[in-house]
Amino acid sequence: MKIAVLVKLVPDTEASLKIGEDRRYISKEDINFVLNPFDEYAVEEALLQKAKHGGSVTVISLGGDEAVKALRNSLAMGADDAVHLKTPGGLDMLGVARTLAAALKDKGYDLFFAGKQAVDDDCGAVGPMVATLLDIPHVSVVTKLEVETDKLIAEREFETGTEVYEVPLPALITTQKGLNEPRYASLKGIMMAKKKTIEEVDVEQITAKAETVGLAYPPMRPPGKIVGEGAEAVPELIRLLKEEAKVL
Amino acid sequence: MDILVYVEMRGGKIRPAGLEAVCSARKLADIGGGKLTAVLMGSNLENLTGKVEKYGADSILLIDNPDLDGYTPEGYREALTAAYEATGAKLVVMTATALGRDLAPAVAAKLDAALLPDCTSVEYSEGKLSVTRPVYAGRCIMTLTANSFPVVLSLQPKAFLVVEREAVSAEVSKLEVAVSDKIRARLIETRAQAGEKLDVTEADIIVAGGRGMKTEENFKLIEDLADKLGGAVGASRAVVDSEWRPHSEQVGQTGKVVSPTLYIAAGISGAIQHLAGMRSSKVIVAINKDPEAPIFKSSDYGIVGDAMEVLPALIEAVGE
Ligand SMILES: Cc1cc2nc3c(=O)[nH]c(=O)nc-3n(C[C@H](O)[C@H](O)[C@H](O)COP(=O)(O)OP(=O)(O)OC[C@H]3O[C@@H](n4cnc5c(N)ncnc54)[C@H](O)[C@@H]3O)c2cc1C
Ligand SMILES: Nc1ncnc2c1ncn2[C@@H]1O[C@H](COP(=O)(O)O)[C@@H](O)[C@H]1O
Repeated sequence: MKIAVLVKLVPDTEASLKIGEDRRYISKEDINFVLNPFDEYAVEEALLQKAKHGGSVTVISLGGDEAVKALRNSLAMGADDAVHLKTPGGLDMLGVARTLAAALKDKGYDLFFAGKQAVDDDCGAVGPMVATLLDIPHVSVVTKLEVETDKLIAEREFETGTEVYEVPLPALITTQKGLNEPRYASLKGIMMAKKKTIEEVDVEQITAKAETVGLAYPPMRPPGKIVGEGAEAVPELIRLLKEEAKVL
Repeated sequence: MDILVYVEMRGGKIRPAGLEAVCSARKLADIGGGKLTAVLMGSNLENLTGKVEKYGADSILLIDNPDLDGYTPEGYREALTAAYEATGAKLVVMTATALGRDLAPAVAAKLDAALLPDCTSVEYSEGKLSVTRPVYAGRCIMTLTANSFPVVLSLQPKAFLVVEREAVSAEVSKLEVAVSDKIRARLIETRAQAGEKLDVTEADIIVAGGRGMKTEENFKLIEDLADKLGGAVGASRAVVDSEWRPHSEQVGQTGKVVSPTLYIAAGISGAIQHLAGMRSSKVIVAINKDPEAPIFKSSDYGIVGDAMEVLPALIEAVGE
């Protein structure tokens, strides 16, 4: 089974972010970048399916030089090959998806994985877009997966339940927490990953249809009130919720 | 600018977020001076048209097809694309629900359209669409514009108001779309969660518990308060991971994004990934025994104390 996984490098979710002087992007200084947490589930699932069905796992990332870190981390987990699609940036969602789809097309992949969302833009768009562009079926936000030789069964969450889909291969899955427990890279894995060559591909610039024109901090909430301590504070809280906030 | 709005349904009923989408689309159509077409898909759609009319659709397109009763990415994508082509709209509006978050990008890719996803505000002026959306788990708000049409827009549930209009009768028409041979990802089973529980994304009041609730049994207090307030139960990831609560109740980056009128967080520390899911709540109340807990910084009102003492007092006081 030939498997492709889309991976992205993102700021650590704990990092405190500073908006850059351009007021459009975050400042990249002093923050730690990591493999997108939802992509860890994607890499793990690819490795589990390879263990079951044989084949290979290729990880692909689109981005500047920093993207290499996402690829090395994935290789350290156990991926076989890595492809870096080099871009100076400036692509929108569809541009990213088009570029990824072009690199994935006609390469004989049976199964594709992406994360449910990248925790920077929080879009969750690239997976369904790439599948549409490749003209293959997809299931997103998957928490349970069974892969057979020519089809898969995937469970997906919605607000009040679970939907189960049966899908012929090739197909694309986006991964959600619950699907598996991503492994930690072993020391040996990390050493091996350092030695692997990463295929580099220069990509064409695509005119962006959507553009980020501003980035701001969310409006500050007025400083909260500590109403009091323990059960004694309850009557005052109720009063405030009724009279001041008017929500009860 | 003519607009197509997809009115999301579940179990044969229009979802509240679907009406929010109609109302927002109406506003945009008024500004842009275009026609608003609402599209419904599934079965037995005729009796729902009155409801859509009230919120300002100029025309309603029914895609009556049992193959569209349950959500399939390809079935819905094909149906919505066909509706887009039939109306000649330039803008497609839908909801950023579990369904919409899957459908919007697929439709955008199909139509070669700009995608403006998970919007919390939308502006249309001088022929340009500009939206805001939370990014980086809500630590920043991005302003995004579309450089060209068509555009596919998805709206964060509960971020937009529902306003009834004077009913004008909309022109209702049907569109036949054959989707069954397009559907490769086939829906073979739908498991609804037990009971008619109120979903956190639709609740006006949420009472959420975290690891500070200490045991699964203590969640009885959370449930009781939620019941008394007519609200829903929410949970942090820590308690979902401990299997005290189902994942459907998890609020945050890995769970659901909610914006109720009142969010009560008991025994929740206020980690960034939790805040990502609830920081747009109108009023936030925190109950935590640690006065330094970060949740207090994001709350309007706080009580420092043991949740197992504060919650029973609250349940009693609310009942009065
Ligand atoms: C990629 C990623 C995604 C994530 N997604 C989510 C998500 O969707 N949702 C989410 O919630 N988390 C998410 N997390 C986890 C998040 O970082 C926190 O670990 C989690 O929110 C902590 O849950 P908690 O507040 O219940 O527990 P804790 O952080 O352990 O906090 C417990 C709190 O209870 C208080 N407490 C203790 N005893 C009492 C008492 N008797 N009475 C009152 N208060 C008491 C403590 O002071 C403390 O503040 C994610 C993490 C990552 C890395
Ligand atoms: N630049 C990229 N390179 C490779 N994969 C990506 C890139 N951007 C997004 N993805 C994949 O698409 C998923 C969803 O991303 P997003 O739509 O940006 O939230 C991520 O979890 C990745 O698997």
